[in-house]
Amino acid sequence: MAQGSGDQRTVGIADPEESSPNMIVYRKIEDIITKMQDDKTGGVPIRTVKSFLSKIPSVVTGTDIVQWLMKNLSIEDPVEAIHLGSLVAAQGYVFPISDHVLTMKDDGTFYRFQAPYFWPSNCWEPENTDYAIYLCKRTMQNKARLELADYEAENLARLQRAFARKWEFIFMQAEAQVKIDRKKDKTERKILDSQERAFWDVHRPVPGCVNTTEMDIRKCRRLKNPQKVKKSVYGVTEESQSQSPVHVPSQPIRKTTKEDIRKQITFLNAQIDRHRLKMSKVAESLIAYTEQYVEYDPLVTPAEPSNPWISDDIALWDIEMSKEPSQHRVKRWGFSFDEILKDQVGRDQFLRFLESEFSSENLRFWLAVQDLKEQPLQDVAKRVEEIWQEFLAPGAPSAINLDSHSYEITSQNVKDGGRYTFEDAQEHIYKLMKSDSYARFLRSNAYQDLLLARKKPESEQGRRTSLEKFTRSVGW
Amino acid sequence: MCDQTFLVNVFGSCDKCFKQRALRPVFKKSQQLSYCSPCAEIMATDGLHENETLASLKSEAESLKGKLEEERAKLHDVELHQVAERVEALGQFVMKTRRTLKGHGNKVLCMDWCKDKRRIVSSSQDGKVIVWDSFTTNKEHAVTMPCTWVMACAYAPSGCAIACGGLDNKCSVYPLTFDKNENMAAKKKSVAMHTNYLSACSFTNSDMQILTASGDGTCALWDVESGQLLQSFHGHGADVLCLDLAPSETGNTFVSGGCDKKAMVWDMRSGQCVQAFETHESDINSVRYYPSGDAFASGSDDATCRLYDLRADREVAIYSKESIIFGASSVDFSLSGRLLFAGYNDYTINVWDVLKGSRVSILFGHENRVSTLRVSPDGTAFCSGSWDHTLRAQPQALLLEVALPGLEPSDRPGPSAPVNLRGRARTTCKTTCSGIKMGPVSQKLPKPAFQSTLFK
Repeated sequence: MAQGSGDQRTVGIADPEESSPNMIVYRKIEDIITKMQDDKTGGVPIRTVKSFLSKIPSVVTGTDIVQWLMKNLSIEDPVEAIHLGSLVAAQGYVFPISDHVLTMKDDGTFYRFQAPYFWPSNCWEPENTDYAIYLCKRTMQNKARLELADYEAENLARLQRAFARKWEFIFMQAEAQVKIDRKKDKTERKILDSQERAFWDVHRPVPGCVNTTEMDIRKCRRLKNPQKVKKSVYGVTEESQSQSPVHVPSQPIRKTTKEDIRKQITFLNAQIDRHRLKMSKVAESLIAYTEQYVEYDPLVTPAEPSNPWISDDIALWDIEMSKEPSQHRVKRWGFSFDEILKDQVGRDQFLRFLESEFSSENLRFWLAVQDLKEQPLQDVAKRVEEIWQEFLAPGAPSAINLDSHSYEITSQNVKDGGRYTFEDAQEHIYKLMKSDSYARFLRSNAYQDLLLARKKPESEQGRRTSLEKFTRSVGW
Repeated sequence: MCDQTFLVNVFGSCDKCFKQRALRPVFKKSQQLSYCSPCAEIMATDGLHENETLASLKSEAESLKGKLEEERAKLHDVELHQVAERVEALGQFVMKTRRTLKGHGNKVLCMDWCKDKRRIVSSSQDGKVIVWDSFTTNKEHAVTMPCTWVMACAYAPSGCAIACGGLDNKCSVYPLTFDKNENMAAKKKSVAMHTNYLSACSFTNSDMQILTASGDGTCALWDVESGQLLQSFHGHGADVLCLDLAPSETGNTFVSGGCDKKAMVWDMRSGQCVQAFETHESDINSVRYYPSGDAFASGSDDATCRLYDLRADREVAIYSKESIIFGASSVDFSLSGRLLFAGYNDYTINVWDVLKGSRVSILFGHENRVSTLRVSPDGTAFCSGSWDHTLRAQPQALLLEVALPGLEPSDRPGPSAPVNLRGRARTTCKTTCSGIKMGPVSQKLPKPAFQSTLFK
């Protein structure tokens, strides 16, 4: 969906917790869920379904949900809608009433909405004691639909071993919960039981299912006071609450000082005065660049001879490694000066051309300065001296031509001998090469031959080299 | 003629210097005092600094921000997608996973390509860093870090070393050796030291320098040999989550994104921020330069990706959809910059048409969050890493479909049998409930229904 970047939605945030990444997603889902359940504005049909001898209260079919998502979120592909529905289910906002696995299907399977009490946005991190109480409670209720699944039975067994000493306490809590539950209306209980089960399906997922409560550790610091004692699902307060397994690095938050803001003000003032290009020009430039390079983009234009990943043939890579550049590759050198500098083979060709004109010192200087910047710290000073001696010192063997201003700056810098000593000089030489030598190279026979894949006849080559030998021997 | 007229109320002892002088009334914090003329002047200039409280400075900064936005908006004469209407639309895409790299025992957090276009390094939550030849899917090297959550890893330009780090607050460089007898961990070199987790690292053009980003809110440039800090970059107001070096041959800049919702462009030589953008509504998880170096894209927890142009000095495109509500964790461009690949926390990869702003394709295939995504150096494929413990390499064939009467656009060719170099052994994913370890599970692994139609 193309959007202009002018419309900025300002989100008024009072509570810093609200802006944490997880919460942003939860609020969006809650928004969707609320709309989905809204009768008046075209929500999904939630109804009670008759089944055998009983009624199934408050359910909606998967198809209805998927249809609703497609219609209200402008989704064209049902596969996408199913995926989104599955995610909403996996997060714990809607669940299939007869399955522990939280996923969405585009069929007549029944789903129910989760109670706001159990919503993930309440930042639940339920303890194992709560889980133990829950599983224990389930075993106390003699109903087929509440029987423990295999993995739950295994979990219960492990918890019994782990909490051996306080099992009596847990048992009592479970009994108390069962008593409370018995007092509730039958239909209400059905709904609440399923919602409670769905809650635990999120926090203790079926083995093999994604645990959606896992957090990106980099975002954990903004949790609501993670050191605080966590609330219990069943209102159980314990003396020794175990620490959350999530690593919480503690770091004092650095307050912004007056100095910080003064710096910011200076920066903003400089930015306001900056020179900018019009959007229309920028758009043209981006489009032009993309159009020029699209034939070199293997993900858009199939690569010749083939994409190795698709054909399992590495011919393409072999060709690129060879010293003989393809026409395709040579053409790219003409796009910009940077292109020829980037390509090792292109650089070599350019260097050879310059050597034939006896003007290779500029490129060699540029390459030497690039190399300098890549040196380890301890070698920098030595290299600076070497470059100075070779290219810039009075009587240098490969003297480059710098204007006096640039020369002044550079000779000053050499005294400090840092990595960026020759930045100014390098920029000058770059501009010089770009406007002069590079332009001539593109017009030269050497380049044109490669570009048009012209093969030089042997005899012509022989004549050329002997002429070169002659001129060199004469000392020109 | 007197140049100053003031009312002389009284002649007496100055409340400040106590000298006997002509006094005038002054108000200090709504209290009336009597100062002599010289003291009153001093107070007037002092007051300037006193009034420069944190609050007044902040409001000045806010009003400058507003003015900056005004200036930026002045040159906003057209939208990118409007100009791009004349560009030919991209055809249908056929996307297929060509290689699946299995071997990490836990969430894959980061990956990087080697310049040889086939090797990759990947790191995961369990501390393992693996170097693969992704073309053959062979593992070539593996090292276990002393910390968990290795959030950053990078391949050296020479292909002879890798760098990685995470919760250990450090960035370490490991030379790659093919000598079976040598223990990779033995030659480890600790290069960067931060005061909080390492979120991103990247070599510059050489093996000798590394650029790092950290949860301590700073970025830093280090000399690998000596471990010395060459330059540090301060300015983010919260954790820095990502960085990318400008692709230019002569450039010395990089961009970083952080939890303060800001993307900042830095000059590596001076350590100064040269441009900043603050339009995202939440953490910026990933930044990547457009191939020409004139723009960059960002992916954020606000479920959008955005394109910022450095010459226009503003955000020039937003890539979002109503149905995408989970954050984007990782972005990268195709070689020409026409496509933007973005991995999301909803397990999908969305492919965007950079110029037109529309979504070209959506890829399913991962079974958990996509945490990292990089296009290969020659652009022939891209690789995504996920919390589902796998890495997938995906090239694609673009079919430019000529519209024929009667041919439905939704008649996509079905996926053909994928090429398999290795047998598919499904690793059982183990989930642990806090504190309870699950033993061997004999249950069938449930799979969402849609997967079987799109991905084999």
